[in-house]
Amino acid sequence: MGERMFIEGNIAVGWGAASAGCQAFFGYPITPQNEITEWFAREFPKMGRIFAQSQSELGSINLVYGAAAAGVRAMTSTSGPGWSLMQETMSDMANAELPCVVVDVQRGGPGGGPIRHAQQDYFQCTRGGGHGDYRNIVLAPASSQESCDLVQLAFYLADKYRNPVVVMTDAIIGRLRETVEVEKIEFGPLPDKDWAVKGKARHKDGKRRIVDHSGDLLRRYPSYRALLQSLEQKMKQMQESELRYEGYKMEDASLILVAYGYTARVAKEAVNMARADGIKAGLIRLITAWPFPYQVIREKACQGGKFLVVEDSLGQVIEDVRFAVEGRAEVHLVSILDRHIPTDGGMILPDKVFDKIKEIQ
Amino acid sequence: MSQGGRLEDAMNEEVKVVTKQRVAGRPKLLVPQIAGFIYCPGCHEPLAARAIAEVLEKLGMGDRAIGVFDIGCNSFLLGMLDIDAVLTPHGRPPDMATGVKRVYPDNIVFTVQGDGGLLSIGADPLLGALTRAEKITIIMLNNAVYGTTGGQMAPTSLEGQVTTTTPNGRDLARTGFPTHAAEMIATFRGVAYSARGAFNTPKNYMRTRKYITSAFQKQMDNVGLSFVEIICACPENWRLSPIDSLKWIEEKMIPEFPLGEFKNVDRIE
Repeated sequence: MGERMFIEGNIAVGWGAASAGCQAFFGYPITPQNEITEWFAREFPKMGRIFAQSQSELGSINLVYGAAAAGVRAMTSTSGPGWSLMQETMSDMANAELPCVVVDVQRGGPGGGPIRHAQQDYFQCTRGGGHGDYRNIVLAPASSQESCDLVQLAFYLADKYRNPVVVMTDAIIGRLRETVEVEKIEFGPLPDKDWAVKGKARHKDGKRRIVDHSGDLLRRYPSYRALLQSLEQKMKQMQESELRYEGYKMEDASLILVAYGYTARVAKEAVNMARADGIKAGLIRLITAWPFPYQVIREKACQGGKFLVVEDSLGQVIEDVRFAVEGRAEVHLVSILDRHIPTDGGMILPDKVFDKIKEIQ
Repeated sequence: MSQGGRLEDAMNEEVKVVTKQRVAGRPKLLVPQIAGFIYCPGCHEPLAARAIAEVLEKLGMGDRAIGVFDIGCNSFLLGMLDIDAVLTPHGRPPDMATGVKRVYPDNIVFTVQGDGGLLSIGADPLLGALTRAEKITIIMLNNAVYGTTGGQMAPTSLEGQVTTTTPNGRDLARTGFPTHAAEMIATFRGVAYSARGAFNTPKNYMRTRKYITSAFQKQMDNVGLSFVEIICACPENWRLSPIDSLKWIEEKMIPEFPLGEFKNVDRIE
């Protein structure tokens, strides 16, 4: 039994990382993730672990690259603009096969945007984000408890695949205070990081190790094609093994809501309202935003279901849902334009989603 | 005979001409099969690998050194030095070196970068490391151009210097002024050591090797950040012969970028 705490999602990220054996955190101030960086600044030195405030988000992810190359579990956290700045090195880490965890507490965009909640980084998170062919597993917590647990899973998956893993939250999940049971989760054994640079004296065979993000300079792979084939194999394996979602009242559902993060909780409330009204609504809540449950959605579309995507953006998840149904089913959207007020403080509320359900059912 | 042997012969040949004596054999940390064919004729950058290898061997730190290399001609040094190494995206080595050093504070962690990689695209990581006073060593090879990409203007290009992006010569009124890294870095409180050397003569080679030794020693003594800038010939992009490049260093580069130590302290107050 773990320790029970009443904490924000952002703080739960910290306790999750500590439970996962994260040894190094590097961060730069940006709203709405400051509670995460400040938690590590406060708690990690007490634990004898590494914290440094970087000079920029470029710096944060580069410091993570260094610590990950040295073989320890390392992470950073940021939001929108900072997330964009990190993409070059994220791409390099995918090539260099370096594990790390990056938390994106989404805020509004584009550009500087508002510093309050939004869900507009879905494309950038789920398509790799940087240049070149690669994908990262993207975990999308919808509560403080899940923030704690999915950060632990993120570290395990990062090491398992030697690839960055993204934890995509938003300002509401990050600042929502809930009861969390902080407990170390065991995911199973992983191989030693024999590839890490530690100085030759620390290697049993006494031979040098090289962390290389080009794949070409030292012929890590026999050819460029071999490198790409290896990356493709890795992406396929992630898609086959790591899909996670929560089905809510899905057994007999003919109207299926699709959402993640804070809007998934709004959607769940709307499903409850619809069920009370006799409408057979259900919810697919994305736990992994990538891999995406294309097959699950396709099967429901083949059975004649309709779909309603609820997301706090102009419509990004909806493209994946449309891709999944291949024209077989209606796909509707409740978007950022349906917030209860037009300012950056506006939210998608359950009433609005319920109205839409009644309209399209 | 290996291709690496050709480089050593060439180096010894040059030394014979100048000093009539053999100054060194091949350091064990130099990987023989790669040295000798990657760099253009007359390039000084392989001498940096040799100097670093000699210093690490002398300090007995070869198996506790981790090199962090930038994109650019200097990245070939990664293949030449038989030590643990990290290759980074362009301009980022001080950041990656920080990450490694924070995990292994007892290792020597150093970067090798060009002047463009450190002073232009890498200004953010450099300033970050200087501000945090990271206990790493930064080695900057200054050849006054972007070498790998074909000789474009760098922050260190001289007034009037013809490059592919200053075809009529560098105009200071339009492009600003050459950046003096060693002097600038010496002004930071967290810096223990800052020096500028060159490889244009055997005497300067040995002096530069001493600077690298001092810089690594500061790191081993946990004093602060240490920095060595090394003026390197780039005959290919200077459009000069190797011999004329040596003259250009003497007559143009060194007057702009004077050699010597700019900071050397045993304790940071």
